[in-house]
Amino acid sequence: MILALAHTGQSVVNDWFSNVWLVVIIKAVAVLGFFLVAPLMVGYMEHKVLAHMQSRVGPMEAGGFHGWAQLVADGVKFIQKEDIIPAAADRSVFSLAPAVSMIPYIVVMVVIPFSPTVFALNLDVGIFFVMAMGSVSVIGVLMAGWSSANKFSLIGALRAAAQLIAYELPLVLAAAAVVMQSGQLSLIGITEEQQGLWNIVRPWQLIGFFIFLIASLAELTRPPFDMPVADSEIIFGAYTEYTGLKFAFFLLAEYGGIVALSAVMSVLYLGGYKGLPFIPLPAPIWMAGKITALSFLVIWLRATFPRLREDQLQRFSWLVLIPLSLLQIMVVATVKVASK
Amino acid sequence: MQGGIGLGLLKGLGVTLKAMLKPAMTVQYPHVKPDLPARTRGVIALKQENCTVCYKCARECPDWCIYIDAHKESHEPASGGRARSAKILDRFAIDYSLCMYCGICVEVCPFDALFWSPEFEYAEYGVGELLHEKERLEEWTYTVLPPPALEVGAEPAEEAS
Repeated sequence: MILALAHTGQSVVNDWFSNVWLVVIIKAVAVLGFFLVAPLMVGYMEHKVLAHMQSRVGPMEAGGFHGWAQLVADGVKFIQKEDIIPAAADRSVFSLAPAVSMIPYIVVMVVIPFSPTVFALNLDVGIFFVMAMGSVSVIGVLMAGWSSANKFSLIGALRAAAQLIAYELPLVLAAAAVVMQSGQLSLIGITEEQQGLWNIVRPWQLIGFFIFLIASLAELTRPPFDMPVADSEIIFGAYTEYTGLKFAFFLLAEYGGIVALSAVMSVLYLGGYKGLPFIPLPAPIWMAGKITALSFLVIWLRATFPRLREDQLQRFSWLVLIPLSLLQIMVVATVKVASK
Repeated sequence: MQGGIGLGLLKGLGVTLKAMLKPAMTVQYPHVKPDLPARTRGVIALKQENCTVCYKCARECPDWCIYIDAHKESHEPASGGRARSAKILDRFAIDYSLCMYCGICVEVCPFDALFWSPEFEYAEYGVGELLHEKERLEEWTYTVLPPPALEVGAEPAEEAS
């Protein structure tokens, strides 16, 4: 298969401006702006979807029309709260932990393509970069729990670390199967490879889609894998001692992670910005629609399933998901060799 | 893990999706008045002309939240005869910060001077304003609903002879 890198070329911003620094600033502002707006929209969708699935109505008052400004109001509330650091806590680690949790997901946004020309960077090692950044955010949880000088935070952090490490493997292996399918690591290349047939339609990638979906839920500690932050059991796990803006950054990291991993999933399995031929919409709309659909799926899974216990979590990953993803890689390899 | 594990998960997803597509049953109170059932207990109303100051309600109230002051007056009838004495109600107050809405006072009143009304929006900023005097209790009588209809096949109510 001819690598599809050749015709994608530069981002559209590079075509508009020739000054390198202006381009960098515009891209940084755009990525940051997207990261600040999209998680709020997903968060609002979560409020409303969870509510209606539980026969309630969700926010209705903030902002007047069906509570659209609820999360904005929450943001303002968090900003005006007192910033408390426990006396026995490790101050610098405690303050840095939210940043270490949140920044990797902002950085992942840099490589997500919204169309053949709308993206920030077309890295040759796109998916590898995404996986690496996902691993960095694990350290944020450990830092948060350990520096809090609180037994329950420590337990929550260790549970989280064990869970995240366990589910890194299926995530990476499922992504590796897609890389084998398309023969390249660049996200735009993987999207172009799905011209005519989205990866999810291929049966040997469909199983990979489910593995990647389940592993992403566990990476974000979303229900049903939210034992580390089980609010009815260990208060809020590693984040118990956090207040105000730092706490808001952890929440933003969670929703930003949902948006980032939904974007990665739609690039890997749902054909990214490629649309169906009979529905003429611009490519960024397709991408936004797929991200919304996958975020809805994540929220739907939260509303439906009870929490997995820590040992059930670990057993599921090590004894089911990892062997399954290894098997999937073997199947993909066989299919690729057989189809030559 | 048995083979049936996947099916249960999918059925669960179906349940939540169906719940999402049905309209929510929330009554958004300040904008929409709630649909209260018959004989709802909101506030107790006093019809002063029926009260003979027998003190039964004040005595039976478990919380002692009814305060009654009265005095006796005697009138000579115009056509002559023994002076008739009558009790005049000076003060009848119910303290709603104490009232537990058990309804014993309404049940025990032999002269039907106390009634239930479904009004519930009388919250105050000061707890002292929850003490309703007889003027305010009389006003609540305008909100008392007629008694609900008897069920089909019930015996008709007795009439006072």
